[in-house]
Amino acid sequence: MSNFFKETDIDTSQAEAIVTETLKNCDDGELYLENHKSESIVLDDNKIKSSTYNSDLGYGFRAVTGEVVAYSHSNDISKESLRKSSDNLKDTLKSKKGTYNHEIPKTNNKYYENINPIESKTFDSKIDLLNSVNNYLRSKGSIVNQVTANFLGEHKSIEIIRSDNQVLKDDRPLVRFNVSVVLEKDGKKETGVYGVGGRQSYDDYLKDGSWKDVCDEAFRIANVNLESKPAPAGEMKVVLGPGWPAILIHEAIGHGLEGDFNRKKTSAFHNLMGQQVASEGVTIVDDGTLHQRRGSLTIDDEGTPTENTVLIENGILKNYMQDRLNARLMGTKSTGSGRRESYKHVVLPRMRNTMMLSGKYSQDEMISSVDKGIFAVSFGGGQVDITSGKFVFNCTEAYEINNGKIGSPIKGATLIGDGPSILKEVSLVGNDMKLDPGIGTCGKAGQGVPVGVAQPSILINKMTVGGTKL
Amino acid sequence: MIRDQEFLRDIAFYCIENSKKLGATDVGVKVIHSVSENVSFRNKKLDESNRADSFAVNLTTYIEKKKSSINSSDLSKSNLEKLIERCIDATKITPSDENNSLPDKDLMSKEIRDLNLYDETHYPNDKKIEFLKNVEETASTEEKIVNTEAGFTENKNNFILANSNGFLGGYKTSNFSSSCVAVSRINGAMERDYEFGSTRFLQDMMKPEEIGKIAADKAIKKLGPKKIKSEKIGVIFDKRISKGILSTLASAISASAIARGTSFLKDQINSEIFPNSINIIDDPKIEKGLGSQKFDSEGVETNSLKLVENGILKNYLIDTYYGKKLNLKSNGRAGGTTNLYFENGTLSFKDLLNSEKKFLYITETIGHGGNIITGDYSVGASGFMVEDGELTYPVSEITIAGNFKEMFKNITLANDLEMKYITNAPTLLINQMTVAGK
Repeated sequence: MSNFFKETDIDTSQAEAIVTETLKNCDDGELYLENHKSESIVLDDNKIKSSTYNSDLGYGFRAVTGEVVAYSHSNDISKESLRKSSDNLKDTLKSKKGTYNHEIPKTNNKYYENINPIESKTFDSKIDLLNSVNNYLRSKGSIVNQVTANFLGEHKSIEIIRSDNQVLKDDRPLVRFNVSVVLEKDGKKETGVYGVGGRQSYDDYLKDGSWKDVCDEAFRIANVNLESKPAPAGEMKVVLGPGWPAILIHEAIGHGLEGDFNRKKTSAFHNLMGQQVASEGVTIVDDGTLHQRRGSLTIDDEGTPTENTVLIENGILKNYMQDRLNARLMGTKSTGSGRRESYKHVVLPRMRNTMMLSGKYSQDEMISSVDKGIFAVSFGGGQVDITSGKFVFNCTEAYEINNGKIGSPIKGATLIGDGPSILKEVSLVGNDMKLDPGIGTCGKAGQGVPVGVAQPSILINKMTVGGTKL
Repeated sequence: MIRDQEFLRDIAFYCIENSKKLGATDVGVKVIHSVSENVSFRNKKLDESNRADSFAVNLTTYIEKKKSSINSSDLSKSNLEKLIERCIDATKITPSDENNSLPDKDLMSKEIRDLNLYDETHYPNDKKIEFLKNVEETASTEEKIVNTEAGFTENKNNFILANSNGFLGGYKTSNFSSSCVAVSRINGAMERDYEFGSTRFLQDMMKPEEIGKIAADKAIKKLGPKKIKSEKIGVIFDKRISKGILSTLASAISASAIARGTSFLKDQINSEIFPNSINIIDDPKIEKGLGSQKFDSEGVETNSLKLVENGILKNYLIDTYYGKKLNLKSNGRAGGTTNLYFENGTLSFKDLLNSEKKFLYITETIGHGGNIITGDYSVGASGFMVEDGELTYPVSEITIAGNFKEMFKNITLANDLEMKYITNAPTLLINQMTVAGK
């Protein structure tokens, strides 16, 4: 737990007084303090390429009235700096008058331990493991052309001071371990990338040689891609594997169900509440409460406890994801989805762990039902245009399907679809829901936050595959 | 407002001295202060005001060929003292790498020419609000526009870069930027488009009416798009996205990608990779340039480079570390390209549109479908069909795909280059790409 005022000229009660005074004519707001430590250690090209330790400390002071957000952030936690921020906020909102909403739910739940992953594994042992990864992968033969592996670990302490001395705190560990391998065969080069992570210590993900599984998976993907043929171009049936391919859900409908875009009526979903937006049998939730998952939070960045929010139930649109501001303006409650990348950023409604729940079909049933199509197992990133609803994602491991059988691997291609209509094209939902390995970062308005996804295998009747082969 | 050079220099010197005391043989440090003020509007009302005051110290310590780094936003000496100690401890146990070093002394910049990168004008929030009102007023004139958002950001930066070989440099920069996003609607379906201006000097900013009008016009033109059939067709890249081709080139010719062997342009130096009419320049010394710099991020002298001359790849982008790996000297490109651009082509925009009966004209791409290792490219796209030189109807939910090696060789440039962004390209045509649609 950080004591943010320890080495400053101001104590907690003085800070609380400034907050209360600043927000007295506002609808909402808070002083958000953050102490963020992170490390990155990278092995690349047979060498420890870099080792970096970051220490970031600062506050973001927010005042909200009506639809207007005034924000001021600084690294300087001092009386003068806070006063300056306070004046700035008051000046922006000088012509507005609001009533402060004191209501904020409390929780005793905790979805991760307060550990500091950076300190809980020695620097030496991290370097040793990276070297082991390099040796292990390179021992697989001369086709291994390049190996990159890295540790990313962080510990973030936050404190939220609301008007009238309400103080909320959270300590959040987060780690990620990534391996990328480039293979070269007959003049052709291909990459395979795999990683694991979440809100525990590194060793929880790497012990008992499980780091080798990460290496093997990266190697396997690169190896498959060495044999890949040009991908087809045009509309066809697509079977998505379980787990990480759920970034389709994240892009295609997740962003479109965030409160801000719906309040502003710029989402393709803004007038579809209560309507059928997906095939029957499709249920999608956004869950912040899964233990130790990358997208989980005990409280969000406004202090609201997170929850398991049902977005789509059996095809019907049920809820949007809300932060306090958008919830208030839309006459509903925060779903604990108010998040920010850091004290430098304003709060936005964001996803946590977005999951499509299992149905009843097996993956084999799906594949054998397809005459001509593709089977997509893993993806790189995705992107969506919220307003038009068009979204894309990039395959990093995919195969042709011919006459109900999996055929040759195909080169990385972009798949494009339309958010509001894609879920109506989901004809079979698998019984094999899987969580992703804990590597996702979602970008919105220039802010990156850790997220998770999950889904079973699904069959989509029609999607456009962006290959080169006509 | 923005801290002066003396303040930043004292911190830099403190870091260098303390690191050396604790056993560092070489030290590099950068100290930055930036102040940014942003105001945003939505549907003609104030939406958000944001003030940012940020410090950063980036310190790298070397013990012979061992290296480690720390970054911090907390400039208190007690904090820095602890972090420097931590950095030295990590340096001691990090394996050495013979390519780790500060840049060669004789390559360091002695630049004193002022590039006119700082406008001290402060544009108060009241003025920003007035500006944004005008942006949105113009953007929402047409009935089909149902939502507008506009923002204005003013940024002031100052930094000091220093190292233990005696290099010391730094200067102030400023940036003003304004944007407008317009959402149009017809028959319940919506489209979004934008316009964006960014300048070093306030007086050079686009007129608010211009920003609003362009955003609205573009959003309206996109309404009612069709999905087209899959086919091979010539694809014209609008200036907003044609610059992406240069960013791909820059990644593929960075010394890191070349040294690691992970570029589709490996071993292509002095080979023809574009048609012989094409020249590509990276010039850091353009007055008021958005990508201009007096020296690179290591303090190395940086000058204009012809990356591609008559279609032939002439230079990589080289920093100290990967330069040593490749046995090449840094050419002042630690931190990448500066003001990167294609020299103008010869065809007018109109003649380019008329050079075939039918084209696909792309105004936006989505997704990150470029692979630097293989050169494979596949992204989502939207734009217009061009028939007999005219934009006939909007197109969306399609992809365009190809391989950069082939795409580069099939580029034709128009002569409408503008220096509007950091990286700039004229409208360009790539013959024969695969479009996937219905």
